[in-house]
Order: sequence, then structure tokens, then C-alpha cells
Amino acid sequence: MAKRSAPEVNAGSMADIAFLLLIFFLVTTTIETDSGISRKLPPWQPEDVEPPIIKQRNIFTVLVNSNNQLLVEDEEMQLSELQDAAVEFLDNGAGTGDEACSFCQGAKDPNSSVNPQKAIISLVNNRGTEYGTYIAVQNELVSAYNQLRDREAQRMYGMTFVQMEKNYNDPNYNGNKETLKEKIDVITAMIPQKLSEAEPTS
Amino acid sequence: MSKFKKKKSGDLPAVNTASLPDIVFMLLFFFMVATVMRQNTLMIQNKLPFADQVEKLDKKDLIMYIYAGKPSQRYQAQYGSEARIQLNDKFASIEEVQQFIYSERESKREELIPYLTTALKVDEETNMGLVSDIKQELRKAEALKINYTTVVGDAMQNVK
Repeated sequence: MAKRSAPEVNAGSMADIAFLLLIFFLVTTTIETDSGISRKLPPWQPEDVEPPIIKQRNIFTVLVNSNNQLLVEDEEMQLSELQDAAVEFLDNGAGTGDEACSFCQGAKDPNSSVNPQKAIISLVNNRGTEYGTYIAVQNELVSAYNQLRDREAQRMYGMTFVQMEKNYNDPNYNGNKETLKEKIDVITAMIPQKLSEAEPTS
Repeated sequence: MSKFKKKKSGDLPAVNTASLPDIVFMLLFFFMVATVMRQNTLMIQNKLPFADQVEKLDKKDLIMYIYAGKPSQRYQAQYGSEARIQLNDKFASIEEVQQFIYSERESKREELIPYLTTALKVDEETNMGLVSDIKQELRKAEALKINYTTVVGDAMQNVK
């Protein structure tokens, strides 16, 4: 009896099966990663804790009402002006002695903040404020901080703060991460993000 | 003479498709690796606000999602048009947020718990009252790392 070779499996439909799977994964796939503004909430505290006393000149109050209008330091303001106003407040540097700010380039107005380390931005919003506006205000305040940090990082290390953070979080970065982390810590200590949010008014 | 005559056929030779499955498989594997299945079916309108000072959220397994917004069109008859919270696949009340955080923590490995982040995916038309309530609940549950998920773009577009 002649030796018979096994019949070949018909692979013609293989492509169809693969296409079917491919289309399924094409439809269910979402490649983009989420991004957003990261915040850290203050820990829960019992009601009867005394708030620390802070000088009025070191507080920059931003009020947002239910019609999405801004009241900054008792003056009405457009959202587009908020960033500059916040930078002006943080960078004021009117402090003397222990509170002196060595790098501030502001106007040294005696009624404004003494030092970026002391300056606090207080954000109060109404229960009726739209979330979109709230995010826009947050975004402007964060960009004010980033603007100052970028300026100082550029001056001290020749690289913007945003770039430094990006490098630090980049797993493929081939520089020294330890020194980079130290530099980032120096900048954040110089200009800490002190953004306080009060309970919303109703 | 006729020995050297080329055999001429009028029609074009068929394209060899034997490597087609290989190509398709290659694509298939790419999408299989890159794919992230949508975890939740959205029952709310979810038009995220714009912002440009954003950080990327990597490590999807370390994120807990809380959605909020008006119920979408087909649920409005049942649930009304007041903004609501959605946890997993169903609407939830504000008291359920804490429970949700605890159960999410339970499902993660212990050493990963400090790195858990809560992503708030809130519709831009929602009132801050609801968002503040969520934040209060998160503070009570000690889930302090939060992220307001946004679309990358100019923040001025949020204010019309």
C-alpha cells in the first residue's frame, strides 16, 4: 500500500476568524489615558478644631458665586485676569527679616503677601457654581504656581519646573533622578502650593 | 521556434494572499495588548471640562472612578434631570460613596492601597454642591488623593 500523506488542513478561513477578533478588539479599545488636575484633600477633622490664625495680608480670597462670577480680594474679576493677579500676589515678597523673600520680583506692596511660603490662596465656591467654572479657576491658580516655579527653576537650574517633573516621571529618562528629585523638592519648598478650599456657601 | 515562445495568458495572476492572516494577526495582537475594556456603562451625561495644567493618570488598576452628572436622555424619565452620582454600573446616593471606596480597597492588594487615586469624572454643568458632598465623603473615607479628570484644552472654554 502506498504511503498516504495526511490531508492538509484548509487554512483559508483563518483570515476570517482573525478579522472577526480584530474587529472586536478594535471596537472595544480605548487607547487614550485619562488626565486631569490632581489634588490632595485635607484629612477629615472634627468640627471643633480652631483654625490657625493667618494674617489677612497673606490670604488671597477667590469667591465664585452661583452665576459663575469671580470676586477676587473684594473686587470683581474676569477669569482671564486671575492668573496674573495670583502671580502678583504670590510674588509680592514684602517680608523683611525672617520673612524676607530672596527671589521675589513683585511690587513689595505692604498690603499683600510677605513670602510665597506664607501666601495662601483661599477658594470659596457656592453650591450653585458650575463644575466647569470651578475647574477653570483651579486651572488658572495651578498655572500661576507653575509660572512662578518655572521661572525659579529656569533661573536656578536652567530648566523649567514642568520639564523637570516630566523628566522625573518619565521611565526612560537617563539623567540622575536623585538630584532631579532634590531640585524639585527645593523648588516646591520655595513655592509651596497652598490652596485652601472652604466648604461651599449655599 | 515554438519551444522558446512564452506561454501567454491574458488574465493577471492572482495576488498571493497567504500572508494575509499573518498581517491580520499582527494587528490583532497589537489591539489585544493595547486594549482597555470600558469598565462602566455610562448612565449619565459626561462632558468633561477643559484644563491645561494636567497630569497623566497611568496605572489604570489603581484608580477608582466616580461619575457624576445629569442622567442621560433615556434615564431621565425614570430618574429625573437632577445631577446624580454613578458608581460602577448604577446610580448611587451620596452615602454609598464611602462604602464604594471601602469595597474597592478590599479588592486591591494591601501594598497598593496607599497609591489608590480617586478620579472624579464630573460633567461640566454639575453644581459644585454635589461635588463638595462627594469630596466630604472621600475625606471621611480617607481617600485623599483625587484627580479631577479633564479634557486637555484651554480652560477658558469652560466659561461661555
